[in-house]
Amino acid sequence: MGVAAANPEFHVLAVDDSIIDRKLIERLLKTSSYQVTTVDSGSKALEFLTTNPNNHQEVEVNLVITDYCMPGMTGYDLLKKIKESSSLRNIPVVIMSSENVPSRISRCLEEGAEEFFLKPVQLSDLNKLRPHILKTKIKHQKQQVQGEAKQEEEEEEEKSEFESPTQQEQQQRQPQQPDNNKRKAAMEEGLSTDRTTRPRYNDIATVV
Amino acid sequence: MDNVIQLQKKLVDYKTSLFNEGILDDQFTQLQQLQDESNPDFVVEVVSLFFKDSERLFDELTKTLDQQNIDFNRLDAHVHQLKGSSSSIGAQRVQRVCILFRNYCEGRNIEECLKCLQQLKREYYFVKNKLETLFKLEKQIMEAGGTIPVQ
Repeated sequence: MGVAAANPEFHVLAVDDSIIDRKLIERLLKTSSYQVTTVDSGSKALEFLTTNPNNHQEVEVNLVITDYCMPGMTGYDLLKKIKESSSLRNIPVVIMSSENVPSRISRCLEEGAEEFFLKPVQLSDLNKLRPHILKTKIKHQKQQVQGEAKQEEEEEEEKSEFESPTQQEQQQRQPQQPDNNKRKAAMEEGLSTDRTTRPRYNDIATVV
Repeated sequence: MDNVIQLQKKLVDYKTSLFNEGILDDQFTQLQQLQDESNPDFVVEVVSLFFKDSERLFDELTKTLDQQNIDFNRLDAHVHQLKGSSSSIGAQRVQRVCILFRNYCEGRNIEECLKCLQQLKREYYFVKNKLETLFKLEKQIMEAGGTIPVQ
């Protein structure tokens, strides 16, 4: 298999039950030069992810961006399922929601979401995706280039770095994550300042 | 070419009034910025989806409110969808009524919910009319050989 080209194509899986929002996110992602697949439910997302597992070269999903509020499987449920799966958990997940509920946001970030975007999502939000995708892509490339023995060694390293679903490791999670502060900052700064400068910020008041 | 210039001015003035009156908000501008030569009909396509979806939701809302025992959760879920889609295209007034509507759903206030549905329909058909006029103007400009002025 080849070494990545200068501008590798990134494939994003977008999940949203709203046809309008699917069209919108697809356009946003394509404008940002991503390859896009859209599905209308969490279960279809999992189907897509497991039918085309990430260790196959042909279809590799580099990021999942999902709506939070969906009938059946919510975005949070999908996030959990991805992070609990040994084959999928390295895929970065971003949550989108039309509602600014701090407890919801922190719950998603704690479960392993890289970012939480308030809807409607804009092009400027998508600029935040690249570092998360690149981080994973580089990791994959490392694994390909080095031999099998080295690969095993690295997987050992990865396991201690990444979140694990077990209770014990969850407690240790906080100090181990290097970008936990970044996430908190994103919550405090990125979310409140970004959004309050926008003119149409009228639905905070309704949130209990 | 005078005609094109006149039409372009008419379009700009019309658009400006829609923003000034709070009928459309910044999100609509975001949509327009996503349109380009490779996707020349993007805005019309998204807005058309919004029209179709909204009318489906109005049917659902009417049906739900018609029941003997109103399922307020179901009602709320539908209004939530409409709130999301109106927000996504920048239909600010529709979105605002949705927020009000959701409060009444939470309060299980049938009378106010019914009133909200009527208000919602009014705002929806109002913005639909405005957008259709906008698209017509754009089409006229294109047919006269002009380009749509960038906001």
